[in-house]
Amino acid sequence: MSILVIAEHDGARLKPGFLNTLGAARKIGGDIHVLVAGHQAAEAVAAAAKAEGVAKVLQADAAYYASPTAENLSALIVPLAKNYSHVLAAASGFGKNFMPRVAALLDVAQISDISDVVSPDSFVRPIYAGNALATVQSNDPIKVITVRATAFDPVADSGGSAAVESIPAGPDTGLSAVQGQELTKSARPELTAARVIVSGGRGMGSGENFKILEALADKLNAAVGASRAAVDSGFVPNDYQVGQTGKIVAPELYVAVGISGAIQHLAGMKDSKVIVAINKDPEAPIFQVANYWIVDDLFKVVPELTQKLG
Amino acid sequence: MKVLVGVKRVVDANIKVRVKGDGSGVDTANVKMAMNPFCEIAVEQAVRMKEAGSVSEIVAVSIGVPQCQETLRTALAMGADRAILVETDQEVQPLAVAKVFKALCEKEQPGLVILGKQAIDDDNNQSGQMLSALLGWPQAAFISKIEITGDSAQITREIDGGLERLCAKLPLVATTDLRLNEPRYVTLPNIMKAKKKPLDNIKPDQLGVDMTPRLKTVTVAEPPKRSAGVKVADVAELIDKLKNEARVI
Repeated sequence: MSILVIAEHDGARLKPGFLNTLGAARKIGGDIHVLVAGHQAAEAVAAAAKAEGVAKVLQADAAYYASPTAENLSALIVPLAKNYSHVLAAASGFGKNFMPRVAALLDVAQISDISDVVSPDSFVRPIYAGNALATVQSNDPIKVITVRATAFDPVADSGGSAAVESIPAGPDTGLSAVQGQELTKSARPELTAARVIVSGGRGMGSGENFKILEALADKLNAAVGASRAAVDSGFVPNDYQVGQTGKIVAPELYVAVGISGAIQHLAGMKDSKVIVAINKDPEAPIFQVANYWIVDDLFKVVPELTQKLG
Repeated sequence: MKVLVGVKRVVDANIKVRVKGDGSGVDTANVKMAMNPFCEIAVEQAVRMKEAGSVSEIVAVSIGVPQCQETLRTALAMGADRAILVETDQEVQPLAVAKVFKALCEKEQPGLVILGKQAIDDDNNQSGQMLSALLGWPQAAFISKIEITGDSAQITREIDGGLERLCAKLPLVATTDLRLNEPRYVTLPNIMKAKKKPLDNIKPDQLGVDMTPRLKTVTVAEPPKRSAGVKVADVAELIDKLKNEARVI
């Protein structure tokens, strides 16, 4: 068995979920190779080669891999995939975009968002917003898999010394072109990598009021997230969204503020180690998953918490 | 331009499903069903584009049991012009969905296919990307904005760190994200009108598509329960618990 793991990176650094995806690959077992498709991404290649358990790093360089389209990535990966029993990527916005194309072009099923490995052909994945866990088996010759990063321990980011091999770039399909990205600028940790997350819901009342969460987040060195209701209400951008259709997170501490706890939100955060809920509604469903909760006005509790944390 | 829109019949988003005692799946008997929320957004987008004059005809497509006709009628009431049910009793998996849509695209020749990014039952997030790959058409997944000018589309799509702007030639496969639009409510007069709109019923065989599932579900289980938590009286107690009991700050 041999496994190809597609690296997600920004040219210099690997994205947080990548080391967890390698953790899933180790659980499957076999030789692990990593593909770094990028442009002048030597730092990312070097970082991938140092990751624990990686035997080989394949490096494909082209200008059109700087912000690659799904079409161009799948055109590169499909011919390579035929040499492997498994192809893995994190179930992030990046992996979800191109992996189903890889599967379709190989005429195999994709196994989405796995949370455990039972055997090399059987995997556990959450369905119905995590209200059920399905164990599925694939008899396809190549298993194309996206990995729920929070469900696997990351491998060490050092100690490895994988061989690096340059491979020819795939074609530029020219089907679509990335014209630019507008990334949310923040000095805080990324949501999917943060040790602490402070999240706001509809109860925040406005985008302006998220400032009190940001002050708390600064004290805790936390990322700021939001429920779908807060995103739908236009308080914050979609990339803040935690939930079934947003980001899946599992930090050490998750502070849910003014979030009622809809099924769709719980799906994205209920694997957090410690959950704190602050809500004035004593019947809020969020309390069912919380370790600690306060029934009170968030506009009183949050500033007081920020202040007392000193 | 003709648009093909996919609509999936799923368990209503507000219902918390129960896992069957024998581990064979989730209990969907006597549970309220509805159109998948992301498919509603897809239909709404097609209707808005028709209202704005860039779309001439909207064809809604569903795959599954005969009751999917209800979902298609909802799409017709929202403003789709006609509907196609690809009827099958088999479990429908994303690769088969993509193959059915590919066959329909070859027949219907749409300029645009709009699908939901993900169904809220199996949470796969695959069909649109697979369809685009099988057709060799451009892909615009997780879109929050689309504008058609001539034979190309300007797209804004949701990515992990923010937004990405994409330009692609038509025909194109797009999948919807939440912020693309807010779907309209169907009105009674439109529900009545929808009953008269054409709804074709065909079988996967007629499209030459093999629906056999590729993934076998071995078992379905309940997720582990979280242990019950405690209500704390005030901020001081909360900080004490977090420091000394949970030890996370």
